Amino acid sequence: MSVIASAPANPAHPWIAAEHANYSEVTALIADPVLLRPAGWRWWVALGVSGLFVLATVVAIYVLFTEGIGVWGVNSTVVWGYAIASYVWWIAIGSGGTLISAMLLITRQRWRASVNRFAETMTVFAVSISGLFPILHLGRPQYFYWLAPYPNTMLLWPQWRSALVWDFWAIVSYLLFSVLFLYIGLLPDLATMRDRATTVPRQVIYGALALGWRGSAHHWRCYETFQITLAALAVPLVVSVHSIVGLDFAASLMPGWQETIFPPYFVVGALFSGFASVAILTALVRWGLRLEAVITVHHFNAMAKILLLASIVMTCSYATEWFMAWYAGAAADRSLLLFLFTGSYAPLYWMQLFFNCLLPQALWFPSVRRNVLFVVVIAMGINIGMWLERILIIWNTLSHGYAVSMWRLFYPTLWDWMLLFGPIGLFVFFFLCFVRLVPAVPMNELRKLCREEHVA
Amino acid sequence: MTKPLVAEFSDPDSLIGAAQRLKREGHQLLDAFTPFRLPELDDILPVKPPRIRLSMLLGGLAMAGFAYFLQWYSSVIDYPLNVGGRPLNSWPAFLLVPFEVGMLAAALSGLAAFLWTCRLPRLYHPVFDTTDFARATQDRFFLLAAQTAEEERRASLRELLKQAGALAVREQGS
Repeated sequence: MSVIASAPANPAHPWIAAEHANYSEVTALIADPVLLRPAGWRWWVALGVSGLFVLATVVAIYVLFTEGIGVWGVNSTVVWGYAIASYVWWIAIGSGGTLISAMLLITRQRWRASVNRFAETMTVFAVSISGLFPILHLGRPQYFYWLAPYPNTMLLWPQWRSALVWDFWAIVSYLLFSVLFLYIGLLPDLATMRDRATTVPRQVIYGALALGWRGSAHHWRCYETFQITLAALAVPLVVSVHSIVGLDFAASLMPGWQETIFPPYFVVGALFSGFASVAILTALVRWGLRLEAVITVHHFNAMAKILLLASIVMTCSYATEWFMAWYAGAAADRSLLLFLFTGSYAPLYWMQLFFNCLLPQALWFPSVRRNVLFVVVIAMGINIGMWLERILIIWNTLSHGYAVSMWRLFYPTLWDWMLLFGPIGLFVFFFLCFVRLVPAVPMNELRKLCREEHVA
Repeated sequence: MTKPLVAEFSDPDSLIGAAQRLKREGHQLLDAFTPFRLPELDDILPVKPPRIRLSMLLGGLAMAGFAYFLQWYSSVIDYPLNVGGRPLNSWPAFLLVPFEVGMLAAALSGLAAFLWTCRLPRLYHPVFDTTDFARATQDRFFLLAAQTAEEERRASLRELLKQAGALAVREQGS
């Protein structure tokens, strides 16, 4: 095992960094950190720190629920704030996880094997967190279930033309779909865990979750058909979910929020920040679980190319937005455009353009793409830039609407900041638990990869 | 009744080779248990192509149809509400929810069909009792072949499996 963990990347089979790796070595490399190796002090420290963030989130939600959304910086002009920006940001990260996993599966990209499991897990956690924000933003969150059509004594139905109702169905469907997609991918690995587990409780739990999987040829065939069909459904599902998020804005009448480009623009943004997040998690998992043997610089190279492409498409979307504002000729739109570049939030807007459009251009250089640190730094920049994009879509339009007398700015409060950073810790907390409970990389796909790359 | 034979192989190619030879010699192959998917086995083993996609399509369409019906019924029949003169049956806006829930229903019907075709969950199976079978989900490849009542045929089956590179040949459950 030490042999395959320290070997350099091999040009003949770029996705596995070892001359030789047999099936049992690969299996042990992934399963042992979960079953045998103790967590280590770094893991406990990380869990403790993220636990503090979880606590902060709980406190912020408690204060919000007891005091109302007046504790945030939202006002009667800027009626949306951090919560909506974070909602879009998180669901975009989730969408990226599904896209990376599903698109690479249907295009039969072998390098998917090492990254798809935690990309899918990232989706489940990010979408769960994202789903919290619209509920938090309701004036009366205790009635969120009114969004569902159920027989009630008020004889009322949901308003099906409302973007909030679309969001509800999109998030619920997408979350459950993602959980299923993750679980199906996990099924053969749970059987491996059942067969390798050394204690009875683990054997029972992994065994029950594995449903009695025994790797029969018939099972594998059904499994493949089902998984690939799910992936084929996942891509349009993600596109539709994120288009619905775009429609939350595009279906309104405010200047800058009436653009038909919003649905595709939001989908590209989702791909962009989602891949950036996967790149960061890949680096963390690779370092934390010592998976240099199966996650190589070529993986970072491949992800960086997609980031570069997404950055260019993103830049074109911004340019289209500017062009249409000018070309359409409406005074309010042109005034908003000027406000973007020179108004009160302009420094943030320039930062957004730097992180999303300019910084990723460094990925044209192969040496940057193959440097894990550079890719991670750029990916972090992209995530900051994409959050800025979402908050600025909200702030600029709402602060600079049609009625000049209504122009006002947004000033975030402590509770805004806590609900911005708290959920990041919540995500890390979930993710830390995940890497200790299930194999972070699909073992069955790695074994298949070993055979296809002729290293086994 | 005679129990089927379980042959253990160390690599996928020996298993595929053995399966091909057994099939040529007229032995009855039942199944193979492998740690990852081997597409080559589809042509050798009597595996029926799964009908999972059809049930996904039907489940998805049925749910989408139901969701549209629910929207139509609630906003045209049960609770007509004129919002700014918009048509009661606002079909473009009403397509979003059916699409989302239809996708989810397709996935769930696919899960049901997958479990049904695979006869899972089934936590116990006699093959689990075979020595070393825990490695079928890790690094070993197992072939399951039926034994006949004739003593000669049985001996030749065992001989064939050994020749094809089996590390061990056992009766199922032993």
